[in-house]
Amino acid sequence: MVENTGAPAPAPVVPAAADVKGATNAGMTDAGARSAASDARVRLGEERYFQPEIERISAEELQELQLERLQQTVANCYTNIPFYTEALDAVGVKPEDIKTRADLQRLPFTTKQDMRDAYPFGLFAIDVHDRVQRLHASSGTTGNATVCGYTQHDIDVWGDCFARAIAQVGGSSESILQVSYGYGLFTGGLGAHEGGIRMGSTILPMSSGNTKRQVQMMHDFGVDILACTPSYALLIADTAIELGFNPARDFKISGAILGAEPCSESMRREIERKLGVTVVDIYGLSEVMGPGVSCECRYQDGLHVAEDHFIIEVIDPETLEPVPDGQWGEVVFTTLTKECSPLLRYRTRDISRIIVGSCACGRTLRRMDRISGRTDDMLIIRGVNVFPSQFQQVVSSFSEVTSYYQIILSRKQQMDQVTLKVETIPEFDFDEIKKIEDLQHRITAELKSNLQVSVEVKVVEPKSIERSEGKARRVIDLRDQ
Amino acid sequence: MIDQVTVFLENSKGRLAALTRVLGDAEISMHTLTIAETTDYGVVRIITDSPARAAETLDAAGYRAKITPVVAIRVPDEAGGLASLLEAFDEAGINVEYAYCFSTNKGYAIDILRVDDTQRVAAVVLKAGYHLLEPGDLYAY
Repeated sequence: MVENTGAPAPAPVVPAAADVKGATNAGMTDAGARSAASDARVRLGEERYFQPEIERISAEELQELQLERLQQTVANCYTNIPFYTEALDAVGVKPEDIKTRADLQRLPFTTKQDMRDAYPFGLFAIDVHDRVQRLHASSGTTGNATVCGYTQHDIDVWGDCFARAIAQVGGSSESILQVSYGYGLFTGGLGAHEGGIRMGSTILPMSSGNTKRQVQMMHDFGVDILACTPSYALLIADTAIELGFNPARDFKISGAILGAEPCSESMRREIERKLGVTVVDIYGLSEVMGPGVSCECRYQDGLHVAEDHFIIEVIDPETLEPVPDGQWGEVVFTTLTKECSPLLRYRTRDISRIIVGSCACGRTLRRMDRISGRTDDMLIIRGVNVFPSQFQQVVSSFSEVTSYYQIILSRKQQMDQVTLKVETIPEFDFDEIKKIEDLQHRITAELKSNLQVSVEVKVVEPKSIERSEGKARRVIDLRDQ
Repeated sequence: MIDQVTVFLENSKGRLAALTRVLGDAEISMHTLTIAETTDYGVVRIITDSPARAAETLDAAGYRAKITPVVAIRVPDEAGGLASLLEAFDEAGINVEYAYCFSTNKGYAIDILRVDDTQRVAAVVLKAGYHLLEPGDLYAY
């Protein structure tokens, strides 16, 4: 990678400037950002940082920064977005009422439905024909798509957030970054791409698909870092192995930034072993920004939230009251620097918690835990909140059963009944009933200790649990039928 | 030792009939069929004239079938015929997990036993004066 020695210049807003440097997408937009990024990139001891002054900010400074930016955001929302003018008036809050960080809790929540109802541009603070550089949208499979606009500043902030992730997995301006997320309306591909630009890395914009070519170029170009979904990373690894490579030994790759779907710990270890990499989990959602809202460091003990750009809250999804740090609940984000699509207290429906304590990497930005489920999936069983993912964790810890399972909820004499159906693996010796019963008892005991709920475990015939290529129907709730 | 076909079967209507039809269509004939049943499922144990083919056929038809080694012993059709055999097992410290029997038209019964010690069982049976059936006595592969 050629170091850019020119004076740091602000990234030009006009993309046409790309012609100045060459025909590739790594035009002047990249170059301008690169020089700025190179100055910011710092290595302190073993740890790499992209913006150390922010990543190691003191709690007091962060409070101050967040308050100032929160005030600006509320003012932006109140002045420019009629939806928020109405919502803030309804709770009797004016922008000037935000005097401390705690006043955040006086603000109304925003939901995904609000965003759908505002389709397409109802929640934009800037006219779409004005400074808006780009539009992204979520898939609208269950209603209107949610649309977000980005100014150049919004895109730069996004790039900075993703660039921190690149540093967190050990990357730098010298790295070659293979982006194998899909490019398009989906925020994965372009989000990672912007991160590469801000860091000044060399970007290989593969998008997803054509896996053999992905493997070949990863090998031939000496790719250092891969950004894609965990399932695609695993497919790339398996394809490489099928093609006769041993990526862990033959490839230069050392890090993978994986996100956009859940990744179990065993899957993470499998990817790490096969590719010979460190895998960090990156989190983000298109409504809030895209990947980079939070990301793990190489210690893999929680995702550092970009708290200079987002305030994270964790609430009880029933009472909507904040829960103490360390307790699980629904994650809520308030954006602090977004110009086009600011959000006040957006309810993500993702379940996580704040991890208490400091991180060995030296970053002071607080960490959230990996997403354990979705509030949409939350089951209330005899008053206890339970997530299907908790069942999954228990099931996957028993080698005698397959990963297919189904949870059936019913009601018997006003009491919720839970049945878990599992299938045994072909090698399981079911000839003696006591072996089946022993397995059932052990799974029941494990569920009881993990979920605090009594579950009846049923062993069913092979392949009798529905297989699905998309989202499997894991829960059948018969309680209100 | 002989091969028993064991099938895991859910308790649902018509499931057993369907299973026997699969074997019938494959022209596999059964010597005996027993079911150990619980509330939710049953374990079906079958002695047939071609166990390997029966297990393959059932697997291919979507059943979970497997081969279990069991002992088959010829027992005289008279009072106390089984008692002295089981006493010999007891003395030798061999446990019986389950057992079932069927009679033949040749004046003796055949007892099928699943034991926890398949290594020593043959010697104990012979020493007690019983006749141990070989696969060839019950089925041809």
